[in-house]
This record gives sequence, C-alpha cells and structure tokens, in this order.
Amino acid sequence: MSETLATLTGVSKTYQKGKEKVEVLHNLDLQIPAGDFIAIMGPSGSGKTTLLNLLGGLDKPSSGTVRVGDAELSSMSNSQLSHWRSTNVGFIFQFYNLLPVLTAQKNVELPLLLTDFSGKERAKRASIALEIVGLGDRAKHYPRELSGGQEQRVAIARAVVSDPALLLCDEPTGDLDRETADEILKLLQILNREHGKTIVMVTHDAQAAEYANRILHCDKGTLEAREAV
Amino acid sequence: MKYFGLIWKNVWRKKIRTSLTLLSVFVAFLLFALLSALGYAFKSGEDVADAERLVIIDKVSLINPLPMAYKNRIAATEGVHSVAHASWFGGYYQDPRNQFAQFPTDPYEYFSMYPELEMPEEQLENWAKNRQGAVLGRELAEQFGIKVGDRIPIQATIWTKADGGRTWEFDIEGIFGTNDPRGSTAFFLFHYDYFEEARAFGKGTVGWYILRVTPDADPVQVANAIDLQFANSPNETETSTEAAFAQSFAKQFGNIALIVTMILGAVFFTLLLVSGNTMSQSVRERISELAVLKTVGFTDRAVLGIVLAEAVLIMLMGGLLGLGIGWLLVQGAAQQLGAFLPGIFLSGEAILTAVGIMIGAGIVAGIFPALKAMRLSIIDALARA
Repeated sequence: MSETLATLTGVSKTYQKGKEKVEVLHNLDLQIPAGDFIAIMGPSGSGKTTLLNLLGGLDKPSSGTVRVGDAELSSMSNSQLSHWRSTNVGFIFQFYNLLPVLTAQKNVELPLLLTDFSGKERAKRASIALEIVGLGDRAKHYPRELSGGQEQRVAIARAVVSDPALLLCDEPTGDLDRETADEILKLLQILNREHGKTIVMVTHDAQAAEYANRILHCDKGTLEAREAV
Repeated sequence: MKYFGLIWKNVWRKKIRTSLTLLSVFVAFLLFALLSALGYAFKSGEDVADAERLVIIDKVSLINPLPMAYKNRIAATEGVHSVAHASWFGGYYQDPRNQFAQFPTDPYEYFSMYPELEMPEEQLENWAKNRQGAVLGRELAEQFGIKVGDRIPIQATIWTKADGGRTWEFDIEGIFGTNDPRGSTAFFLFHYDYFEEARAFGKGTVGWYILRVTPDADPVQVANAIDLQFANSPNETETSTEAAFAQSFAKQFGNIALIVTMILGAVFFTLLLVSGNTMSQSVRERISELAVLKTVGFTDRAVLGIVLAEAVLIMLMGGLLGLGIGWLLVQGAAQQLGAFLPGIFLSGEAILTAVGIMIGAGIVAGIFPALKAMRLSIIDALARA
C-alpha cells in the first residue's frame, strides 16, 4: 500500500432532528491508502453509514474536508458530485438495490449510460463485469429470477463496471446466509487483491470484517483502529 | 436516446396500469381527431371564402327568398363588379339518405363568380345550352357513379313542380372540380330558368345573391350601400362577406367550435388527472430506484428528464394511436358523409395541435412527480428503502 486514496480531515457531521442537533461524526481524521480493504464496525447510529456517504460524495460534512484522489468533495456542487461518482466510486448496498425492470446485463450497464460508450461497448463491458462476478450466464435474467447472492453479485458487477478506484459497501452481506456471505466477501477480496480496488465496508458481522486488511471501530462519532488482519 | 431503453422499461413496469392510462389517452385523442374534423367541416366554408365576394340574404332569415328584381339594382350599385344568385333546392338522389346541396343558378354567372371551380369550357357551354342540363362536383360523381350523359332524377322535398310532381329530371352535362384544396365539390348545379318555369310556387325569387366587388372598392362600404338601398322594403337585405355568411350558416347548427372546445376541455382535464396520478404512483413506488440512479451518477436534471420523458412517451403512444385511428375513421366518414357534410377532414394543423397537446399534457402530468424525483435526497431515500 502506497499513496493515499482518501483523506478525511477534521470531519464533523451534524444533523438537525426536529429542534435538536445531533452530531454523528466528530472531528474525524482518516487516511485510506490506495488498495486498502477496510472494515468499519460499530453499533447502530455510530456514524458508519454517514462516513461511507461522505466518502462516496452522497453527503457533505458540516465541517472539515473530504478528499478522494484529486477531488475535494466537500467543495463540489451536487452536479459535480454526480459526475464524480459516475466514474470514481462504486456502491454496494445491503439490499442490492437492483432495478427490477432491467435484466442483470442492463442493471450492470446503468452507470455506463453516463459515458460516451456506444451501446455495443456498454454491452461488452457489462458482460465482462458479469463474468468477473461469475454470472456471465445470467445476463438475461431479471432480479426476481436470481437468488440473493446472485443479486448481490450483479450489484457488485454494477459497482465495478466503470472501473472506479473506490468501492463502498454498506452491509453487503447483511441479507445473506453465511455461505453466500462468504462467497461475496471472497469476491470482494479478489477485487481488492487482484484488481486493486480500494474497499471500505461497513458491517456488523465480525466474521465479515475479518476479510478486510484492517478493522476500524466507529463509536460516538470517532474512529478507532481495533485490529489488523 | 441512450436512456430510451430505461424509460421504456419504466413505462411498462405496471402493464395493466399503463395500458389503462394509454386507453384513456387513446380515447381522448380519438375524440380530438373526430371533433376536429367535424369542426373543420363546419368551418370549411369560412376557410374557402373569398374576401372580394359578398353574400346577400334576407335580413330576417336565410330561408326567406329575395326578389329576382333586386338583381339589376344590386348590379348597378357602385363597387359591384358582377352578381350571381342561387337557391336552396333540398332534394335527394334515389334514396332520402343521399342528400346533398343542389342549387338552381345561372351557368355563366355562377362559374365566373367562383373561378376556383374547374370544368372544361365545352361542358359549361353544353350545360348553358340545355335547359334541363345540370353539372355536379367530382366528389358527388365519384360517390354515386354519375357520369356526363346520364339522365338522373332528383326528388324534391320542398319544391313541387307546377304539375304536382316531385321528381325533377336532369341531363348531366359536366363534372367540375376545384383548384382550392380546402374546397368541396359535393354539390349540384342546374338551370334557374328550368327551376323558375317548373316550380309550383315562389316564382320570381332567389335564395341569395353573391356578388364580387371591384378590386378598388371597400367591401364593407358596398355591403352597407346595398342594405341601405333595400331598407324599409318588404325584403330588407343583410349583406356580409362570404366568411361571415359561412359562419352564420354553420351557427344554425349551434356554436360548433365552442361545443368542440368544451367537450375536449373536459376530456383533457380528466386525462391530466388520470395520467398525473399514474406518474405520481409510478414515482412513489420507486423512490429507492431513483435514489440508486442518482447514486451511480445520474444528475438531478437527468432524473427529472427521465420521469418527464416517461410521461410524454405515454401521451405520445396513446395519443398517436388515437389520432391514427381517428384519421382512418375520418377518411371513412368523408366518403360516407361527404355529400351531406362536405369538408370533413383532419387537417395538418389539427394533427400538429394534437401532437403539441400530447407533449404539453405529458409535461404537465409529469412535472410534479418529476420535480419530486429531482429533489429526492439520496440518503433519505436509501434509508427508507
């Protein structure tokens, strides 16, 4: 691991809940080297998902800066963040969030609609992504025709199809049985080790966290390194 | 265009709901096509009107005849170039359903008054020579298979003959067309002299006069001069432009344009509610999907555009189908009713208006759901999912 991919400096995040202000992250500093695989654990409401949202440009800090690669996310407009997300970051959710009206192939092609690739090129790249996750033969299937594990694989293919440096996973195995969860985690490990993807994964599952290179514990808006694998 | 596949799939996510919405759009635009064509038929007289032609009718009512003796006095009025006359005959051919307009008139006067009517000179001369001769428009000739040289009977519904008979026989001497694409040729002309000689009553009168003003004359001044001339006589006149005459003639059936507008207004208002509801439901049930689109990099504007495009696409699909079927029905109706209601036609202007309404209604129906989708917070939407 060499250069730093993401840096959070003095990041705080406060939400307004009714009349009350709730501070979710407090003066947080974090450096994520390129090629790292980090698991973030912690109780509900500790700020894990908020941290992920900040890294992915889905949200902006109340104070402090978030830098990913050359981009200073905290100073970008919503439109600039949209463009940035389309090529620099891939998201994997607990409930897969595939579009039910599209086939696996078309779901994977979705981020490529934002590029200048031709239809043929988009289809080719989506097929390669599906091959990487081992679902080349399921391209024409709709999400309802796939198992939970297969849906998550399609979601992973969608996350990597535009070849982003950073993958953000929010409880990626939270809806899967142990065996399927291990398959998904191995796949993430392969993406990290063989394809050089930097992965930040939020999880409640200690076994899942063990697949990461290091584990950070998030509590009351601060981060603490617990163990390294 | 690259979003079309996504938009298409979203439109059909609930097939029954989309089909029902399409059906309501289809019916609305089918009605639009039929009512527009009907409105056009009633308005066609105004559209083909010549600004230099005036029509003189009895001031009390179009059905009151005017004395034939007025003709020379009208012709002598300053600013009048030429005068023709016509009367309503109101007969039918073979079957009471075969009704079309028949006018007794003077051959040369009528054809010089309406230069847009086209007929070989030889046929006009033959008609002028034959007192029982008649000519008819190409639309009628084609509809009833009548050709030059035929002898045809017309059954009178108003004008009985002096001998008590109701059958008037005519020798077809010519078939005319028109060089005005909006004009109708669904009418029949015969000699006023024959009519005058054979009819049992109403002698010495005509239905109305048509006059052409000289190019340098002011039509309004000429009309006023004529009406002033016959003021306080037993048959006071009302002189108006041909367009105003056609308009007042159509108004005998009611204000067609207003009726058409009111019906269509109600239909399209309902349509907006139906399609607006469809779009609202569609957006509500896929909040998380829209959030995913934004997460992978679709901008707020792109999401707005996608939802609006879905609404416009539904309108265009149902609307164009309705317009297409409407056009076919209008074509059929033009053949069946052409003689009775000439000018029934779905104009290019109506088609363009309809397409404009489809796009406009799509935008109106989709704008609020689209704005909701555009303003959607990714974090809130994903948390809700």
